[in-house]
Amino acid sequence: MTDTTQGKPVQQPVLSSHEAAAARPLWQVVLIRPEVMTLVLLFVAFGVATRLSPFFADTTFILESATFYVEYALIALVLTLIIVSGEIDLSPAAMMAFSACVFAALFKAGVPIGVAMGASVVTGALMGAFNGMLVLWFQLPSIIVTIGTLTLYRGLAQVLAGDRSISGFPSWFIGIDWKYWFGIPIPVVIFVVAAIVLGVFLGLTVTGRQIYQIGTSPEAARHAGIRVRRIKMGLFVLLGVTSSVAGMLTASRLASVRYDMATGGELQMVLMVMLGGTYIFGGRGSIAGTFLAAWLLIVIATGMNVANIPITSQLIVMGLLLIVSIVATNAIYARTQR
Amino acid sequence: MKRRTLLAALATSAAMVAAPLAAQDTVDIVYIPKNTGNPYFDSLVAGFEDACAEIGCTFSQAAPATAEATSQIPFITAQTQRGVDVIAISPNSPDALNQVLDRARSRGILVLAVNGDLVGNEEHRDAGILPVDFTKTGPNQVELLGSMIDYEGEIAILSATTDAPDQNTWIAAMEDVLANDPKYANMTLVAKVYGDDEPQKSTTEAEALLQTYPNLRGIISPTTVGVAAAAQVIQSAGKADQVKLTGLGTPNQMRPFIKDGTVQAFQLWSPYNQGWLAAHFAVGVRNGDIEIAPGNSFEVPNLGTVTMEDKNVINTQAELTTFDADNIDDFDF
Repeated sequence: MTDTTQGKPVQQPVLSSHEAAAARPLWQVVLIRPEVMTLVLLFVAFGVATRLSPFFADTTFILESATFYVEYALIALVLTLIIVSGEIDLSPAAMMAFSACVFAALFKAGVPIGVAMGASVVTGALMGAFNGMLVLWFQLPSIIVTIGTLTLYRGLAQVLAGDRSISGFPSWFIGIDWKYWFGIPIPVVIFVVAAIVLGVFLGLTVTGRQIYQIGTSPEAARHAGIRVRRIKMGLFVLLGVTSSVAGMLTASRLASVRYDMATGGELQMVLMVMLGGTYIFGGRGSIAGTFLAAWLLIVIATGMNVANIPITSQLIVMGLLLIVSIVATNAIYARTQR
Repeated sequence: MKRRTLLAALATSAAMVAAPLAAQDTVDIVYIPKNTGNPYFDSLVAGFEDACAEIGCTFSQAAPATAEATSQIPFITAQTQRGVDVIAISPNSPDALNQVLDRARSRGILVLAVNGDLVGNEEHRDAGILPVDFTKTGPNQVELLGSMIDYEGEIAILSATTDAPDQNTWIAAMEDVLANDPKYANMTLVAKVYGDDEPQKSTTEAEALLQTYPNLRGIISPTTVGVAAAAQVIQSAGKADQVKLTGLGTPNQMRPFIKDGTVQAFQLWSPYNQGWLAAHFAVGVRNGDIEIAPGNSFEVPNLGTVTMEDKNVINTQAELTTFDADNIDDFDF
């Protein structure tokens, strides 16, 4: 690539024949997008679930069940940006727990609920910034840093909230998953809106395109004048803020907060991003993919639950699905790289 | 009976093809244990199954993979959607399930907490079916150990964590009878130690007890991890004749120690009976034979008369079940 931009043109007959290859037909361009695979799986899963149980195909029920997963899915959207930029963050579930504990503890201490919510969001931002600082200033691998901070934040949550749950929130705060906007639960509305906004941001804005460049080659991105560190720091902070929002959605849904909120949730978030065809080493992926993958997980989990399929079989299905999607994503990329 | 089975089969097959509204003749019960692959809950499930086979209810179970606080929520929602008549659940959280259980109840589903209750949130379930009258646990244990050591000598307690609520309640009751009941006047409690429900720490604490108190006659360990660890220590030290051990353990864990004589007897309750009782209770309530209110009582085959207590709590057994060489092979959990 460098010798076509900088070097003088050299005579290479083999290369020139490659350059002369015809543009890919549209159907191929569409089919090699990994989201298409997720979409197909989504339709298949829906069909299977409908056949498995007569109780499944009920919009109200599916949307109600979706509220259990959209908290993670919301975070998975932002996590997609981070993974595309070549980093990862495994601490959002712990950030959910700690920021929710901050909110609940302040509320219990008599702080007005609006202020407590604001403090929770600030806590989320600070935790995200701390992750970003360790990764960017000290040049540490983000997977190691966030394995550390996930334990740290969870520990802080336990120190703050102890072993008991905090509840007693005002009734307007409780049960956001049962408040509707045109028949759609509010958390689902938030998720859809966030997906549209982030999808436009990543796909159409300059900064969004720069995130892809950073993920493909941080070195080249820096040379091209992209503020790599600033963008990455912004993404880590955004993830912290989103985790705080997700934590409060969970607090509203459960009407209580405990330090062990969302334990193990980070794996489901990463699963959604991977299922959506985002490449774990950065540079490729899309919000649409993660959005579809979240719905795929919702349909599969809900469908198998309502069909009374034992959890052991459910885990096998989920595991196989993840492997299939990763293999497929890699195969698709390998093809496009030829 | 035959007709009922036929009807059950018909109802089940109808349910598989027809809309959720299809009327069902038999009571449809689902049980949601804390998590899957736990022999304790398998025994409880067997109680449900046997009862349903006898009285003609439809039973199924749905278990999450982990006992994490919110893992049961999707299962409760799915069962609500299926339109079952009764959800029996061993809750993983005393309050995270409140909202979703309220929704199930608002659709006319009978919600029973089984084996553990929604402590402090009892209004979010219809009744609680608990293993045993926990006020008797401490005294039962002291009596069992006393009978092994002729009611005299130094004894010690190996518990779980220092702030385990159940264990602390039982230990307080043990101290109470030891101090106030003349029958136990010659028994002296010399130590209370805590193994944190970790096998390694429990083992270390039990070894330390044997070292520190050479005249020790007995140990009570009211926790399944502790009693198994202590049994191992006594077996290794070859002190089964000097130091008697009892506590709360599961038959599968304690079987080898009973067989080789390290432990004469230990206690627990029967999870099977809880399932058996819960199924009879659920069907009784559904058919209108039992009205849920404190003070009401009803008959359960093999268990006798059962009375509902404050907050609609039902204790499956009054006293603990004692397991020894004679009966241990009847249990598998």
